[in-house]
Amino acid sequence: MSGGAAAEPVSGTAPPAGWLARALDSDIWASFKASKVAMVAAVVTFILVTLAVFAPLISPQDPFDPAQLDLLNARLPPLWLPEGQWPFLLGTDDQGRDILSAILYGLRVSLAVGLLGVVFAATLGIAAGLVAGYAGGALDAVIMRIADVQLTFPAILIALLIDGMVKSVMGAQLTTTIILAVLVVSIGLSFWVQYARTVRGSVLVERNKDYVQAGRLIGLSSPTIMVRHVLPNVIGPVFAIATINVALAVITEATLSFLGSGMPDTQPSLGTLIRIGNRYLFSGEWWIAAFPGATLVILVLAINLLGDWLRDALNPRLQ
Amino acid sequence: MIAFLIRRIIQAVGVFLAVGLIAFSMFRFVGDPVNQIVSLDTPYEERVKVRASLGLDDPLPVQILRYLGRAVQGDFGISYQFRQPVSAILAERAPATLELALCATIFALGFGILLGVISALTRGSALAKTLDAVSLIGISLPTFLIGILLIYVFSEKLQWLPSFGRGDVVRIGGWSTGFLTASGLRALVLPSITLGLFQLTLVMRLVRSEMLEVLRTEYIRFARARGLKNRAVYFGHALKNTLIPVITIAGLQLGSVIAFAIITETVFQWPGMGFLFLQAVQNVDIPIMAAYLLLVAAIFVAINLVVDILYSVVDPRLQVATGKAS
Repeated sequence: MSGGAAAEPVSGTAPPAGWLARALDSDIWASFKASKVAMVAAVVTFILVTLAVFAPLISPQDPFDPAQLDLLNARLPPLWLPEGQWPFLLGTDDQGRDILSAILYGLRVSLAVGLLGVVFAATLGIAAGLVAGYAGGALDAVIMRIADVQLTFPAILIALLIDGMVKSVMGAQLTTTIILAVLVVSIGLSFWVQYARTVRGSVLVERNKDYVQAGRLIGLSSPTIMVRHVLPNVIGPVFAIATINVALAVITEATLSFLGSGMPDTQPSLGTLIRIGNRYLFSGEWWIAAFPGATLVILVLAINLLGDWLRDALNPRLQ
Repeated sequence: MIAFLIRRIIQAVGVFLAVGLIAFSMFRFVGDPVNQIVSLDTPYEERVKVRASLGLDDPLPVQILRYLGRAVQGDFGISYQFRQPVSAILAERAPATLELALCATIFALGFGILLGVISALTRGSALAKTLDAVSLIGISLPTFLIGILLIYVFSEKLQWLPSFGRGDVVRIGGWSTGFLTASGLRALVLPSITLGLFQLTLVMRLVRSEMLEVLRTEYIRFARARGLKNRAVYFGHALKNTLIPVITIAGLQLGSVIAFAIITETVFQWPGMGFLFLQAVQNVDIPIMAAYLLLVAAIFVAINLVVDILYSVVDPRLQVATGKAS
């Protein structure tokens, strides 16, 4: 990344001509083609995301439509076991929901919360880091001290606290949308510090460079310089953090849902499905927890591998 | 040195005050404390009296100081769920969490160091690659899933170990310990592994990379040149020098072990502080939530302070650096 990149628009709505050719020519692509692990991880992630996006089209049953559920089908084992029944490939849960369909819909919820949470955290962290690094002085000190205090608390604890407080304020009026929003906000608020620190560090280096001085000289406002010119030069490392954070956010969401502070049974995420399955583990119905659990682990593992690779590929010291 | 210490202590007090402020505002502004105490049909005059007796009419700074003052003396108010002083409930639950955290840390350090050394010494071999892959899977497995898996295999299928509770405990003064009975010890095994597994992978990766660094240094080559046996070189010289960062990280992680105990304790119905906190969150028991928050902050701040002080004692270079800076 050089100062040249700063001259281009960053809106992303109108990519510069030939961006695909440029992307295919980049170091990142070369390193991607060289890493088998990264390619496998990317393919697995892509498949899972596609399944989640097209869940309503693919899944054999709509797990949220009570008309399609039949309690007579409750707790059926997977198809390959003696009592398995078509079309319940992976068996059913206690309400007669097809596990495969529930997983596909749950994947949707888990990925949505994870991605939105990371976007929220990154936006908050990048904004805080930009302001702290560019403005300096008292504002910098305040933002970074808040970050220090926040860092003493693990994400899961912060998320639980926010969740508990919102519940007590909202009482019984919690709708699924609000729960979803609370999850996204609590994940966002627990992960912003890492972005703020990284961006602030890079901004401290960038702000003394000539192009920033030039921007000031021609009379650009500070927000314009920060967003249009400094931001594109400090955004690189953020992508690596964000990728690994998606895995962390998915785990956090699953943990919150498992603990009963996340998505309700009627709108299950992978964590909620595992919580439901955990109740039946001791009566021998292992498949209710096992398949959502396996899906969760595969998803997180694939994203982690992708993030590891991206971190190394973006690290100039390793090249 | 003294200036460094004082600055560190002022910072620690600052962090603690900030968390105290958050705890207080939860206490004061999330829901009305009066409603938690009176019943639905309490007349208005009675409510006003209760409000005054709780000191909720005083200016905010006075309330904050009073809350912090009481908290320092160990008075966190009355739990909404249990109608008992929060400090008494926490004191009763603390031994369970602390014993669990201790066992998990010992497990993580013991196996983490061992596997880290093995993985560093056999670098490039199939064994090292397997350990690498396992550690990656370990990081990708959520804690609660590990717990469920262990319960399913060792309690449900093999029926070797209990799946919930602490077993029989022995009371010694105000401390209830599970270390002295067979069932207490058996009950500790699965939760400790669940809680310690993430730290284990962390320690293992750290030991491995530190070990690889140290093995490249001059004094290791010199030790080999002196004709020392491999074992003496690896364990007497190399490992010793990797342990300082490992112990630092393990110390700093102790706080998050206690916080992560929330998940483990819930999976295993372990009667500790984490399980208590989760129940408090679900029942909106603000006094317990606030007290737990302050307690975790206190533990974090104390550990960080001790690590900083130990560092400056162990590493004289730090004293020179801070001396120059101040």
